Amino acid sequence: MSTKKSTFWIIAFGLALAVLAAPFGAVALEKKLVIVTSYPPDTTTTVKKAFEKRHPGVKVEMLKKKTTAGIKYLQETASNNRSDMFWASAPDAFEVLKGDNLLQKYKVKVKGIPKKVGAFPINDPEGYYKGFAASGYGIMWNTRYLKAKKLPEPKTWVDLAKPVYHGHVGMSAPSRSGTTHLTVETLLQGKGWEKGWAEWKAIAGNFKTVTERSFGVPDGVNSGQFGLGIVIDFFGLSSEASGFPVKFIYPPVTTLVPANIAIVKNAPHPKAAAAFIEFLLTPEGQEVLLDKKIRRLPVNPATYAKAPADFPNPFKDKSIGAAVKFDLQLSKNRYNVINSLFDVMVTYRLNDLRAATKAIQTAEAQMGGKKNMAAKKLIDEAKALVAKVPITAAQASKKEFNAIFKKKRKKATTKVTGRQAEIEREWDAQVKANYARARALAEKAASML
Amino acid sequence: MSLEAMARGQWGPAAVGLFVGLFLLAFLVVPVVNVIYVAFQDPNTGALTLINFVDFFRNNLFQESALNSIYVALMAVVLASIFALPLSYFTTRFNFGGAILIQTLGVLPLIMPPFVGAVAMLLLLGENGSVNLLLDEWFGFTIPFMEGLNGVILVESIHYFPFILMNLSASLNSIDRAMEESAQNLGASGVRLFRRIVFPLAMPGYVAGASLVFLKVFDDIGTPLLLNINNMLAPQAYLRISSIGISDPMGYVISVILVIFSLLALWTSFLALRGKDYATVQKGGGGLMKRDLRPWEKAGCYGVVIFILLLVLSPHFGLAILSLGTVWSFSVLPDAYTYAHYLRVVSESSEFITNTLLYAGLAAGIDVIFGTAIAYIVLRTGLAGRKWLDYAAMGAVAIPGVVLGIGYLRTFYAFNVPIIDKPLASWWVIIVVALAIRRLPYALRACFAALQQLSVMLEEAAENLGATKGRTIYRVVVPLMSGGIVAGFVTSFATAAVELSTTIMLVSQESDAPLAFGIYEFMQSAAGRGPGAALGIIAVLIVGVATYVSHRFIQRKETSQTPDMAIVAGV
Repeated sequence: MSTKKSTFWIIAFGLALAVLAAPFGAVALEKKLVIVTSYPPDTTTTVKKAFEKRHPGVKVEMLKKKTTAGIKYLQETASNNRSDMFWASAPDAFEVLKGDNLLQKYKVKVKGIPKKVGAFPINDPEGYYKGFAASGYGIMWNTRYLKAKKLPEPKTWVDLAKPVYHGHVGMSAPSRSGTTHLTVETLLQGKGWEKGWAEWKAIAGNFKTVTERSFGVPDGVNSGQFGLGIVIDFFGLSSEASGFPVKFIYPPVTTLVPANIAIVKNAPHPKAAAAFIEFLLTPEGQEVLLDKKIRRLPVNPATYAKAPADFPNPFKDKSIGAAVKFDLQLSKNRYNVINSLFDVMVTYRLNDLRAATKAIQTAEAQMGGKKNMAAKKLIDEAKALVAKVPITAAQASKKEFNAIFKKKRKKATTKVTGRQAEIEREWDAQVKANYARARALAEKAASML
Repeated sequence: MSLEAMARGQWGPAAVGLFVGLFLLAFLVVPVVNVIYVAFQDPNTGALTLINFVDFFRNNLFQESALNSIYVALMAVVLASIFALPLSYFTTRFNFGGAILIQTLGVLPLIMPPFVGAVAMLLLLGENGSVNLLLDEWFGFTIPFMEGLNGVILVESIHYFPFILMNLSASLNSIDRAMEESAQNLGASGVRLFRRIVFPLAMPGYVAGASLVFLKVFDDIGTPLLLNINNMLAPQAYLRISSIGISDPMGYVISVILVIFSLLALWTSFLALRGKDYATVQKGGGGLMKRDLRPWEKAGCYGVVIFILLLVLSPHFGLAILSLGTVWSFSVLPDAYTYAHYLRVVSESSEFITNTLLYAGLAAGIDVIFGTAIAYIVLRTGLAGRKWLDYAAMGAVAIPGVVLGIGYLRTFYAFNVPIIDKPLASWWVIIVVALAIRRLPYALRACFAALQQLSVMLEEAAENLGATKGRTIYRVVVPLMSGGIVAGFVTSFATAAVELSTTIMLVSQESDAPLAFGIYEFMQSAAGRGPGAALGIIAVLIVGVATYVSHRFIQRKETSQTPDMAIVAGV
């Protein structure tokens, strides 16, 4: 009797559930979600756990690729796509995918996200990708290192060009890391083409190294391989939170950029993907970003109420990332040319650049307060040679010129004259000669003092 | 037996050769050609051209890179030989306590997982590493172990010297001890005995190892990049492909040049061994047992061995400390110690470990089977095109992992595997195939050296006694090659277990990812350094145990086989 009774109840309960579930059937999520991401497990695992708790029944699969490898993976697999989302920092990576028609438009339902962070729009105006957090570039340093080598704490980018920091600074290359590219571009836009490059090269002359991965910079500072690094904020903030003796600041000229997420075209699990975006933007999802292993700036201003005391808030502290009005179109136009120029002038000629810089710094130190016009003229000449850029700003954004550096030939009929390798070879020859001549001039100046 | 006579029973080897050839064609040649033809395309028009090569040779930076690469590869071979010679000579030719342990420890550097090795080396020997911090404090000076190309040479030679150690040891073990005895009877001893008799007889093993070291160093990407050295060829290729884009021709031009250089190095090693007969009828089991050392000699040898082991294992010490430390920053040792990293790794990442064992085991199995087959076909048959089989298989050593990975994605993504209905390029089996292809050269060189040292007379004898070709291979050739085969298996397994550059392109879901991938992931965040190092230590332990077991296996086999061999040799 009792078994029959319970059977009845089970059936009844089941029916009731089925009836109840029916209206939700339309929004029921798929059981799986595949996300291609460049984020480390500290970020992905934490967010994944929170999302799966919110939507039990969806299994999230995080596919980790470096941003560039992720783009390539999506491009190569587009014909038979198995990925739902692309989740990474650099907006330009999303621009590439958008350009290749590999992303799906999506309209966010969550309210309360502002239009801009700093001077940068949070979402793609065309609606293909969404910002879920903001990041800005800054300087991080190892406090033990600075103490041991008796170095002062820097405040601005220009500080890093001071002779005391010679051989103590590290950075990644713009061609290797999308966010580094933004830093380079920001300073160029903020200071102008010639002055911007001059400043970059003065800083780069103090480089200990140009790292291959963007994480190589915080890694080097954390372990004390070099003392100071130019890094994206969450590298600095999360290193600090993980207990390393490091500090991070935003210099006045910086840009805040959104870190993004997008749904891939023909995603096999579009509903779960949509739910993931919504989740990330809810106060619940935004709060996960404050986790001490993640430490990214939420885009929902309300979330900052829950942040630790000294946590930077770009919606309140307007000095962060507002100094430069970032021109996205200009940046896009000369994207590859900037990468190539930086690599030719800095990354691959670092030894020559360093030697020239050292010689100039030595000569200037010997100069001290002395008045020696001839020597001063030589030093100025040497500095000008180091700062020299092979092309002008106008040329760098010229369409035909940029076509040479395009990653992809659009059509067989597109007429392009010149090859990237050919141009880089010419630049390299010029740059090498300039650095050598600058060094000789500075040494000559030093011998006169 | 002449080659014509051999030709009679050749359908078997021919079928095997054809199969291996097709496999290499499908999984090596086609994918690589699919990618590399870009080198011969005009970047603007897409027409066939050699202009990209002209650009290469006229570029100052590329010329410099080529010179640096050659310099580093040669210096690494020299340094690796200095590490390997004493270890292999002492442990194989003398009664030396702990020989197996030394051999096993000597192989460990090969299995230093990517990223963590150089990180650990920097923490210990870098400009602000433990050693230099101490030196600076005590004596006020530092030594630039890791500065510029020095760092690459040091890390690479430590990393790859086991190639020489293993192949040279296998060779030394196979030398007929009667040779040494005769030389001793004639009055040779010490260094002279080694220089004039032992070393020349072990030449195939040494050359096999040294050429591998040269090749690997020449096209290694990871180490220079980790040390942020980019003025070398392989890193240039990688940087061009991964930052300028997949259709930039220069990356592929450099790849082509790497392949050519690697083939040249191989060819040189063939030339070096040509015209000499290294085969001895009797394997090491016969003749006098290992020699004894006088006590003071023994002490000296132990001193040298321990010094070398300490040096070559320093990355592992560094890694172990890193995996147990909390924060290690600009200090001689970490601030405090903890087990937390291991707990985190074991609870989060046990799948990585089982995947690694499965993939590397299968890949190494495929490699020794193919390696033995190719070695036999090249050395013992007159099949047309047999040399090409060897060249193609060895060519894999020169293909940058990224290129192979991209080639696989391009070639196999459109191909759906029946039943599981998934693209072949995202099925885990493709990772095994990629690892097998990439590590085949190691197994092949080891098998080649083993067979080269085996006199064909033994097989002739077996066949004269009525054994069929198949039975001869199974009962005589393979058992006598077992040292080389196991060495090949261990090398392939150990290096496949820590491969990253191709794997990273092919892993399509996390549940398929191997250890190296997990380590890479951990090493991308500040809080992940400890867990990454812990995972690295687990990888090292797994492969270390596997190596030790296989060394025990060789030893046992050798002792149990001696009577058989005596009979074979006696005929």
